Amino acid sequence: MPKQEEVKYTKTHEWISVQGEEATVGLSEHAQHEMGDIVFVELPKPARNVEKEKPCAVVESVKSAFDIYAPVSGQISALNDEVTKDPALINQSPMDKAWLFKIKLSDAAQIKDLMDWNAYQEFVKQNAH
Amino acid sequence: MTTATLVRKTALNETMRKAGGKMVDFHGWELPIQFEGILKEHAAVRNSAGIFDVSHMGQIFVTGPDSFKLLQKTNANDLRKATVGKGVYSHLLNEKGGLVDDIIAFCLALNRYLVIVNATTSTKDFNWLSGKASGANVKVENRSDDYSMVAVQGPSVPKMMEVFAPEAVKLPRFGIVEKKLFGADCFISRTGYTGEDGFEITAPHAVITEIWNKMMELGKPYGIVPCGLGARDTLRLESGYLLYGQDVDDEHTTYEANYGWVVCLEKGDFTARDILLKQKAGGLKRRLTGIVLSAAGVPRPGCKVFKDGKELGELASATYSPTLKKGIGVGYMSNPNLKPGEALEVEIHGKRVPAQVSKVPFHKGTAFK
Repeated sequence: MPKQEEVKYTKTHEWISVQGEEATVGLSEHAQHEMGDIVFVELPKPARNVEKEKPCAVVESVKSAFDIYAPVSGQISALNDEVTKDPALINQSPMDKAWLFKIKLSDAAQIKDLMDWNAYQEFVKQNAH
Repeated sequence: MTTATLVRKTALNETMRKAGGKMVDFHGWELPIQFEGILKEHAAVRNSAGIFDVSHMGQIFVTGPDSFKLLQKTNANDLRKATVGKGVYSHLLNEKGGLVDDIIAFCLALNRYLVIVNATTSTKDFNWLSGKASGANVKVENRSDDYSMVAVQGPSVPKMMEVFAPEAVKLPRFGIVEKKLFGADCFISRTGYTGEDGFEITAPHAVITEIWNKMMELGKPYGIVPCGLGARDTLRLESGYLLYGQDVDDEHTTYEANYGWVVCLEKGDFTARDILLKQKAGGLKRRLTGIVLSAAGVPRPGCKVFKDGKELGELASATYSPTLKKGIGVGYMSNPNLKPGEALEVEIHGKRVPAQVSKVPFHKGTAFK
């Protein structure tokens, strides 16, 4: 289980945890809280190539649909089927049980563009209404 | 230069905020979309008890010797069903048979009616009724600004009310009683928009917070929770209740909305009766039809619906149904004779998802028993 202080964040509220050439992606605690009860998840197709900052999955709450953006470019290497079966896992365990997918990185340098925990907290604070 | 936006706050605004309400602008009213979560609030109402601030709803009083005549003339339903102490759900019709509004008209006493109207239409309804009242011996008053309203809904609610207002527990569905609450003249009716048994309390602003707090206290043993607009919408759509401005409006008739049971053609003349007669005899070109997804996904208003590859229409209201755990919706379909179970497809995020025609209501709660 990655600690939320140790992973990187996007401006679209995904977290990403890098292990060598592969990275695990999920939704931030802040994002799941803002979305409310999540009732549907559509993950990318297996082995699909995804592009940094392009939508690649959908998460839906009772009220709204939200695009999930790939934090980095690469190829989908694993999907979390548990979260497709039980979307509420995202509300219950966004950092752990409800990781969404893994990406085999095509350009590891892209990680540097992402926010660390402190920068993300600042970002959330500035964007709060 | 700044643009002034007028968002109205209900008398319960502070109470809603303190209770953790996530406030949104709902057609010019600041109201909670949810508290802890839509699913929890939805389940509380279906299983036990929930409470809603519905103070945005409007109150129009129609009084005087011609009050019955005015309401009977302007409504699709038969106001004779609203005997003293009872209300009737009805459609206020325009000359084309479209809906000016959907309302509940309560007969408080001989020649004294309380009409509960939608928030966005209260001024329009008042103007419409006033226009129709000209020359008649009847007074139409828009008192929407004078009243707040809470809805207490769920199968445990009658037990809660036994101490607070025993006379209300004796009411039949759509019954109404006038009662002094915390020193103010209030109305308690056995009505709601959730499909569950329950009550709506109409009260002057000065006492509404005390009423809310009392309900929360009485509901505590039953696990009552404050509920927002999100749960209100999932509950009403599962129950097949119409949302004015979304499912019905000035352009759609009662028959097209599949609410034919509201039309009482036998009661004598009323606005647009001839048009509705013609529509009944000649058949419909479109009908508000229920759909339920056969696969995972969440349909939304505006999603297109197909049958055998041909577009039939789009969804007016649609959501995830917490009770059925499936996507549900209603929309005007160009084939008015679809039967429950017929295969359809709904386009969601550019993909066709399998669905079926469904009977409406999708779910029958305790209000239907």
